Amino acid sequence: MKHKVATTVNGQRREHEVEPRLLLVHYLRDVVGLTGTHIGCDTSQCGACTVTVDGKAVKSCTMFAVQAEGKSITTIEGMAAKDGTLHPLQQAFWDEHGLQCGFCTPGFIMAASYLLSQNPNPTEDEIRQGLEGNLCRCTGYVNIVKSVQSAAKAMNGSKANAGEHSAAARRS
Amino acid sequence: MIPAAFEYARASSVEEAVKLLKNYGEDAKVLAGGHSLIPLMRLRLAQPSALVDINGIKGLDQIKESGGKLHIGALARHVSIHNSQVVKDKLPLLAEVAAEVGDNQIRNMGTIGGVVAHADAAGDYPTIALMLDADIVTNKRTIAAKDFFKDIFTTPLAADEIVTEIVFPVANGPHKYIKFRRRLFDWAIVGAAAQKMDGGWRIGLTNVGPTPVRAKAVEEALHKGAKPEEAAQHASDGLNPSGDLRASPEYKKHLARVLTKRAIEQAG
Amino acid sequence: MAVTTMIGAKIHRREDPRLVSGEGRYVDDFTRPGCVALAVVRSPHAHALVKSIDITQAAKAPGVVAVYTHKDFVKVLSGTMPVTPSFVAEKKQSPPRFPIADKEVVYQGEPVAVVLAETKYQASDASNLIEVEYETLPAVMDLDKALEAKSPTVHSGAPDNLGWDLTYIPDDPAVMKEADVVIKVRILQQRIAPTSMETRGVLAEYSKPDGTLTVWMSSQSPHFVRLFLGGAMGIPENRLRVISPDVGGGFGAKISPYSEDWLVPAAAKLSGRPVKWIESRTESLQTTTHGRGQVFEVEAGAKKDGTLVFIKATQYLDAGAYMGTFAAFQACACLLAGGAYNWKHVAARTVGVLTNKVPTDPYRGAGRPEATHLCERAIDLLAGALKMDPAEIRRKNFITTFPHTNHFGLVFDSGAYEKALDMAMKIAGYEKLRKEQEEGRKKGKYLGIGLSSWIEICGFGPSAATAPATGGIALVESAQVRVFPTGSVAVYVGTHSHGQGHDTTFPQIVADTLGVPYDSIELRHGDTAEGPAFGYGTYGSRSLAVGGMAVHKASKKIVDKARKLAAHMFEAAEEDIAFDQGQFYVKGSPDKRKAFGEVAFASYGAGLPEGMEQGLEAVAYYDPSNFVWPFGTHIAVVEVDPETGHVDLKRYIAVDDCGNIINPMIVDGQIHGGVAQGISQALYEEVVYDNESGQMRTGTFTDYLLPSANEFPIFELGRTITPSPTNELGVKGIGEAGTIASSIAVINAICDALAPLGIKHVDMPASPDRLWKQIQEASGGSSNGKEARK
Repeated sequence: MKHKVATTVNGQRREHEVEPRLLLVHYLRDVVGLTGTHIGCDTSQCGACTVTVDGKAVKSCTMFAVQAEGKSITTIEGMAAKDGTLHPLQQAFWDEHGLQCGFCTPGFIMAASYLLSQNPNPTEDEIRQGLEGNLCRCTGYVNIVKSVQSAAKAMNGSKANAGEHSAAARRS
Repeated sequence: MIPAAFEYARASSVEEAVKLLKNYGEDAKVLAGGHSLIPLMRLRLAQPSALVDINGIKGLDQIKESGGKLHIGALARHVSIHNSQVVKDKLPLLAEVAAEVGDNQIRNMGTIGGVVAHADAAGDYPTIALMLDADIVTNKRTIAAKDFFKDIFTTPLAADEIVTEIVFPVANGPHKYIKFRRRLFDWAIVGAAAQKMDGGWRIGLTNVGPTPVRAKAVEEALHKGAKPEEAAQHASDGLNPSGDLRASPEYKKHLARVLTKRAIEQAG
Repeated sequence: MAVTTMIGAKIHRREDPRLVSGEGRYVDDFTRPGCVALAVVRSPHAHALVKSIDITQAAKAPGVVAVYTHKDFVKVLSGTMPVTPSFVAEKKQSPPRFPIADKEVVYQGEPVAVVLAETKYQASDASNLIEVEYETLPAVMDLDKALEAKSPTVHSGAPDNLGWDLTYIPDDPAVMKEADVVIKVRILQQRIAPTSMETRGVLAEYSKPDGTLTVWMSSQSPHFVRLFLGGAMGIPENRLRVISPDVGGGFGAKISPYSEDWLVPAAAKLSGRPVKWIESRTESLQTTTHGRGQVFEVEAGAKKDGTLVFIKATQYLDAGAYMGTFAAFQACACLLAGGAYNWKHVAARTVGVLTNKVPTDPYRGAGRPEATHLCERAIDLLAGALKMDPAEIRRKNFITTFPHTNHFGLVFDSGAYEKALDMAMKIAGYEKLRKEQEEGRKKGKYLGIGLSSWIEICGFGPSAATAPATGGIALVESAQVRVFPTGSVAVYVGTHSHGQGHDTTFPQIVADTLGVPYDSIELRHGDTAEGPAFGYGTYGSRSLAVGGMAVHKASKKIVDKARKLAAHMFEAAEEDIAFDQGQFYVKGSPDKRKAFGEVAFASYGAGLPEGMEQGLEAVAYYDPSNFVWPFGTHIAVVEVDPETGHVDLKRYIAVDDCGNIINPMIVDGQIHGGVAQGISQALYEEVVYDNESGQMRTGTFTDYLLPSANEFPIFELGRTITPSPTNELGVKGIGEAGTIASSIAVINAICDALAPLGIKHVDMPASPDRLWKQIQEASGGSSNGKEARK
């Protein structure tokens, strides 16, 4: 049986009848037609499908469209200003060479936008930790971290924290 | 990867959810955060006939202190538990553990009730619930944590029974949870928790058997005045973990000892 | 816009605005009217006979359009999947491979049936309704056991499991006797899943009236796919168009054609509907070719003073159930076994072994990381045996004169190996690190410093060498430059960019050669219907040194014609015409100029010189005279926790030399990514199969450990520039360098850290459980007892 689902996607109201099992990511890509949200795994690790739902970053492959009833979703297509001006994070990924193949990039930008909404001035370690739910195979993350630092700076008008990075900090 | 079809209903109260579960029969499942369930469904390792979505039940995500206990609603998300001032004040160990579950996106969706009801041996909360003698409250009854985690993925929950809250004791003394894993977002290879409480230590272990483990032998040794290093040698007493891709049984037992020692030493 | 020198400039990538906006277009973002979804039913067994396939239920399921099995595909597909000679011209056996199994399945994940349905949900449902009856057979999973005389065979009825056995250079016992110290080591190169973030995917549309086929796919080499697919389907190139749009990473695993690359177009032809298949991550880990999968037996000797004498490497390569298209490419590890050093003798042999696993094929570096790994490990072991500093033994034995012909006849074009070593040591603060290590050891701290002085053969390659290796098609490269009447320029290339930034870097080259504004140049690639007749693709760090040169060459042809026309316009002799920064003038009269655009416009008009045709466009094929040879030194600094076996990668220093540089930002990005993949192999990644059942145990990202941002340190980069004499741009390649260098830098550091315990070698991945076990054994403690702290 199909269920009605009404959402707001990038500020635009959407109403559809969907199967309960329709994953949110397929809803966005195949029903709404926004293909910027990508699918990179089956098990909720890679984060390529990250969008924000009511301001919180979620993996849209691990949520059913019916769960988004009444919610406001932002995808990568909703990040730039109406006049086409890139969001500071988009601009920073461009400026800092924070992407190569670009497939993981929308997920990283959405995860980073949530991170900066929670912590506008993160240290390098906090950025790395904040992006633990996203995998990239091209960049070694070096320039992704730089991109988020640079975006934070642009968004705050202040200098992002410098902090010592230690990969083992939370492990033992 | 695409889940098999299922029926779906939203519940607005626990009573309604229970009624729906009864109607759908025993192949129905509760959908809370979905972060254990949906990946299994996508791989078709789980094919529930129906999902009862409890995310709309008001108040089920409440976090409060009451009667000297910390009550965490089953729908409380990991991120809420981590950020909760009440949890930070009354059971900071739990707030810290919440930050170690999954990743940011998962913590925004995943719930404590889901983790507890799923009873994965690698789950972090079950260890804390067990070692602190938490109670798991359902629509039918209250189950002591020691009676709840029966086996891997196995609990006494009936098909029409829903976890509504987890009740922890208040403990804000020295504590530490060490989750040893390869990648920051991974499940624990082994986890060890230490909490000073009521003048003694509570020690818990994650992923060293089919259920979480309370390391009573360590607690007793500490009680008798053993140094952390000596006491921690008992962390592997009676353990019979199974090996997996990341650790042999022997290595898990070794990690149980090392991490227990470190958890006690680093408890602050 | 002023015309500036673009080569060498940090130009931000012009592909990025669309990619950061969700406007990138990957295969799964395309569809066609009436498109159906295809799901593949795969063998759950590593080895079994297919007794029967019952499609009754599936065929009746909602939305199902068709179910096809082997018997259907033989109607529209002929021949077998291609296998090239690569570095082993003659194979002992290369089992013929049809893209879908008939009576026998030989690896887990091999296709046995496909379902076409209106939606992917319906296709997925129906694929679960197909009942295949199997009779399981013993699976050959272990490389050593596979070669035993009594081993079951990967394919029923095969004589054995030997794919090839080739000795390039035999031992020289007389030279071996000259060594004062000899080391031996067995090195595991575990199977790796290349794992681009975008999985594979194919969309195909067949027009029956026209007999044309259009295929959208995620590929590094669309022209090769067209060549092979056209052959299999009996469609000539002029009616077959392969489009590889934005591609979400390849790393070598999207070069060779796959079963689905045949099955999806064939299903489109059979059904008369456009068909799309997108690989799931589980399918990807299971069925996209794996990399590495080798074991090396290495022996090396040196004199007391540290002079290297000989190195001998035997490669056992786990080819999987069939030969990958370029399976024997990895045998190049043998040809580079001597690395950056002078040896009196180098001996090498490669043995290809069939197993019941998915085939192996090139993965970033392909043979060269393995060569670096074995050589650099041997160097460290020799240094240890001689009690020499690892940096000193390298310095003493580096090749210093170029061109240098190695024992296998390969000619290193240029190098300055010591310079890179010096720079890396300086960045690392090598002397200070050694002191810290010494101090640390007194306190039970296990700090390790690992060096990797790497070299690479890349820029594939000269036609004389590469045409025989592919079985006919050389690996040269093509480009077409079109100058339109108003002076805007379109460049069509046969390479394919999937993260490398060619949309930006190739126009940088053209801007300098033509002297026109960078913004007026547009690059196009990935569509076989555009540009030159054949393109050779992107892999093996070849795009710049071969493809970039083709672009340069075509641009020069344009300038040559424009110069002739300018001479005509100036009524001067051609040799008197100067061309500078996009302006033509008669030498001696630099104040009277004609801009390139003016000449372009004139080229489409009347009054051209006698015999000159209208238009300003050129095609060039560039056939390099040699390979190119990047090099460098990397240094890893680790601390090993002796209690848990956890490795903390504290620092990573990479000094690389890839000749002249077009865009330093992109070069650094390539190094970052390459280094990360090598580190990841050293510490995290491994494809694991159950040796009994043949089932893959690492079928999801839960178990296949792709690291996050938290598992890497900051990379500290340095650069030397030694131009290549091989090509006019002086460029080499940088796509694979990081990966070639880094796995052994990390492993050498770990071995260095654990040297006080007597540990000589550590295999990959250096996971904590593996290290703990080795530490336990080295400490003589039972694994049950006390901790290993000293």
